[in-house]
This record gives sequence, C-alpha cells and structure tokens, in this order.
Amino acid sequence: MTRPTRIEINCTTGVETVIELTDAEIAQMEADAIAETARRAEEDAAAEALAALKASAKAKLIAGQPLTAEEADTLVI
Amino acid sequence: MPNTYTLIASSTAGAGGTTAFDFTSIPGTYTDLLLKWSARQDLSAVAASDFIYINGLQSSYSGRWVEGNGPTQPSSYSYTGNFTYANAEGNGANTTASTFANAEIYIPNYTVSSNKSMLSESVMENVSTNAYIVLGVNLWSNTSAITRVTISTSATNVTGGAQKFVQYSTAYLYGIKNS
Repeated sequence: MTRPTRIEINCTTGVETVIELTDAEIAQMEADAIAETARRAEEDAAAEALAALKASAKAKLIAGQPLTAEEADTLVI
Repeated sequence: MPNTYTLIASSTAGAGGTTAFDFTSIPGTYTDLLLKWSARQDLSAVAASDFIYINGLQSSYSGRWVEGNGPTQPSSYSYTGNFTYANAEGNGANTTASTFANAEIYIPNYTVSSNKSMLSESVMENVSTNAYIVLGVNLWSNTSAITRVTISTSATNVTGGAQKFVQYSTAYLYGIKNS
C-alpha cells in the first residue's frame, strides 16, 4: 500500500518536496480520524437537539402552553 | 490579481493526493499574505474541514465564524484551540463528483511583532444538496513573524489527517506589498 504523503513548498528556494509520512504520523492520523468522527457526531447531535428545542418552544408558544427553562433559553439572546 | 500581488509559490496535488500543503521559509519581504486554495478531500462526508496552522504550531488560535448551509438561516460559532477551525468547510467525497471547494485566508502585517488577525472565507461546490459558506475572523495570539503556513486535513496534526486532498487540489500563496 502506498504511504500517504504531504507536500512541502520552500517559498525561498521554490523547491517542492513530496514527503512520505512517518509511522508515528500515520498512527496519529488514524487516532485523529476517530477523534474527528466523534467531534462531528457531537456537533451534529448538539445542533439537532437545539433545533428540536426551538421547534418545541415554537409549537408551545403558538399553542399558548408554558415553556421549559431549556426551551425558553433558545428564545432569549 | 492587482499588480501589488506576487505569487510566492503554488502547488497541485498529484495522483496520490496529499495530506497537507506546507508553505515553508516564507520571505518577510511583503506586507500581507494571501493564501488561496481549491480543494476536495476523500473523506466520506459532504463537508470536509480544511485546517490552517501557522509556523507549524498548534496553539493560541481563536476566532468566530458565520456559516450558512443553503436551506437554513446562517449560524455563528466561536472557537479556541490548536488550529484555525473550519476556516474552510471544504468538499468531501460525498459532494458532486469532480467539484472542488474554494477558500482563502488573508493575513495582514504578517511580519509585525504583534498578534495576527486573519480573515478567512470558503465556499463549497455541491450541486442539488447542501453546501456550506463560511466567513471567519481569526486571531493567532503569537507575536512571531509568520514564516510558514500549512493547510492540513487534520484538526490535530500539522502534517495531515487520515483523509487526503485529492489530485488536482491546488494551493497558491501570494505576497502583497503596500506599494
């Protein structure tokens, strides 16, 4: 399997070098991928939860029902 | 480009792609820097963030960005961390085939001995479904002159993440003089 590479461009000399990543960098990349997937999942879940709270708050306002504190927080800047 | 813009260096990813575009030994002979890039990642997602590192460092970044995704009202976010987060929301592998996101970051007064403000913007390309537009105001709390700028696929690693910028992704670094 081909090793992943990065491109380094020396702006003083103009020399471009394609550098193979080290074993340590590849191991770090794999750990990063797991962490990044978790981070994105957290962000998506938080965004979905906020959208659900806002929708619930709006529905209750229209129906004249009391809001929870969490729902009210979504309306107050 | 205006005649005060000088192309310092550029690079295009080859057939195997690249995990990072790393501009090193940037001369201090200009007033401002402008980094522009057109990129697509092989990450299996619609949006694939591109991460910027200054001088190879992973600390003292903060900022705020406004993000629109097309169908819903834009949102704003703050960040502090080890990278200029989501400076660019780029194209992932799940966007329309062969489309690339465009992004840039403008760095005024990159050699002065004070903290560095940076303006960033990015636009994804994606036909028929969501595509993000991001406008960011960023601060690097470091007084060193900037001599290296890296575009990486990793949020935690200057040299890149598990995914790559695909072939034909390109990056251009311009120097701007005030006269």
